[in-house]
Amino acid sequence: MNQEVVIEAKKLSLTFETNDGPVHALKDVDLTINKGDFVSFIGPSGCGKTTFLRVMADLEQPTGGEISVNGMTPEEARLKRAYGYVFQAAGLYPWRTIGGNIRLPLEIMGYSKAEQAMRVDEVLELVHLDGFAKKFPWQLSGGMQQRASIARALSFDADLMLMDEPFGALDEIVRDHLNEQLLELWAATNKTICFVTHSIPEAVYLSSKIVVMSPRPGRVTDVIESTLPRERPLDIRESQEFLDIAHRVREGLRAGHGDD
Amino acid sequence: MNMYLIGALVFWLVAWALNVWLSNLKPTRLTKLLVPVIFGITLLVIWEWVVRGLEVKAVLLPPPTMIGVAFVSNIPTLWADFIQTFVKGALSGYFIGCGAAFATAVAIDRSPFLQKGLLPVGNFVAALPIIGMAPILVMWFGFGWQSKAAVVVIMVFFPMLVNTVQGMQAQTSMQRDLMRTYAASYPQKLLKLRLPAAAPFIFNGLKISTTLALIGAIVAEFFGSPTVGMGFRISTEVGRLALDMVWAEIVVAAIAGSAFYGVVALLEKATTFWHPSQRG
Repeated sequence: MNQEVVIEAKKLSLTFETNDGPVHALKDVDLTINKGDFVSFIGPSGCGKTTFLRVMADLEQPTGGEISVNGMTPEEARLKRAYGYVFQAAGLYPWRTIGGNIRLPLEIMGYSKAEQAMRVDEVLELVHLDGFAKKFPWQLSGGMQQRASIARALSFDADLMLMDEPFGALDEIVRDHLNEQLLELWAATNKTICFVTHSIPEAVYLSSKIVVMSPRPGRVTDVIESTLPRERPLDIRESQEFLDIAHRVREGLRAGHGDD
Repeated sequence: MNMYLIGALVFWLVAWALNVWLSNLKPTRLTKLLVPVIFGITLLVIWEWVVRGLEVKAVLLPPPTMIGVAFVSNIPTLWADFIQTFVKGALSGYFIGCGAAFATAVAIDRSPFLQKGLLPVGNFVAALPIIGMAPILVMWFGFGWQSKAAVVVIMVFFPMLVNTVQGMQAQTSMQRDLMRTYAASYPQKLLKLRLPAAAPFIFNGLKISTTLALIGAIVAEFFGSPTVGMGFRISTEVGRLALDMVWAEIVVAAIAGSAFYGVVALLEKATTFWHPSQRG
């Protein structure tokens, strides 16, 4: 199977210089992500999973090694608007309506007015927020805000979605619901998704590939190719196969903690 | 005990009781309006009758009716003073000063070098005593409204600059990162993120500046002006012991100042409705 490579990292390192000495956020990370993959990055805080995502997005500069996004440097990819980024919090601009927030990237990227309106409607429907375009973010619940921020990242139809613990602040019921919707969306659009989380069930449920990371220095300890089918009802989480993968993730996390 | 004082006392007690009764009712628009109005009327009535009852000299404190008579019978003069001081002096100085401060803030926001260099200069200008600067500016720009506008410019520039510069930093790192992921240009970032995020701070500066502008324009006239203007009138009428006229000018200044502040506050409410302080 000859798949198109989206992300390729070779010996990628990033060291932050702080007053307490250097912090090795990433050390010698090797990773390949193919088109259409749903990749979860899991690990305890400080393992560099968010940093890795930010390097892909050209929000941080690596201090060693190489990384390419769609065969380009992260900066070139960013300037070509190759990815949509979803942050830990919704980060909607409070002075814009939900529709206005989703229109923001489209305005910046110079889409015509008609196309803007069409795409806003389209992605709002995709995240089940139709009818909320004229509301302001602070009039919506946290879960709805986060869905709006996903719609915003989807609006310009980049092939790559970078999601940094988007559901971390939400309660479990809302989270289950959004996970299901995210899988639906992945199936419908066939985007490549990089998803940072620290929930094992979330990672196993969503991913086609799970990257287990460990802290100090941040590095990859295990890469698990999921054997679960792409079609995943919520109760797949009680199946033996699911539990086996979750077990392997847990083992990987424990191994990473062994040396401290 | 004379009738005026007893009357004032009785009126006060009745109005007090009335307000207590009103505020215990279910709050409606009418009661919310009525309570402060009754309070204000009571103040004026007590002022009037106490001044008359104790026979306070009009030079010290004229009763409100005397001020009212002076106000009504001098409307053409007061209007001319208002145009000269408020419209020509304060308003033009306000627009020039706030506009210049805003432009400066946007310009130095892009350059940390200028931010470090210009803010202390602004600080220095703000520390100059306005009483000392006003006569110098009158020398430079003449007796007309231009010198008053110049004083106002100096007074409003710094508060406006500091507020705007602070406002330009008022985005979260996530909001900034978002713009970066869109590869937004500088003007796009400025118009779609920095200025909207700065709006609550900018309006803060604009509101502070309204009162400063009026004070500056009036005080500057003490140091030389044509024979028209609120500051000119106040200083000459004090000399003639016509305190009713001085108070009439103060009434004009209070009305103009409150209306000016009110207009800016309304603009703020319309523009920054999204800010937690305005959502209420």
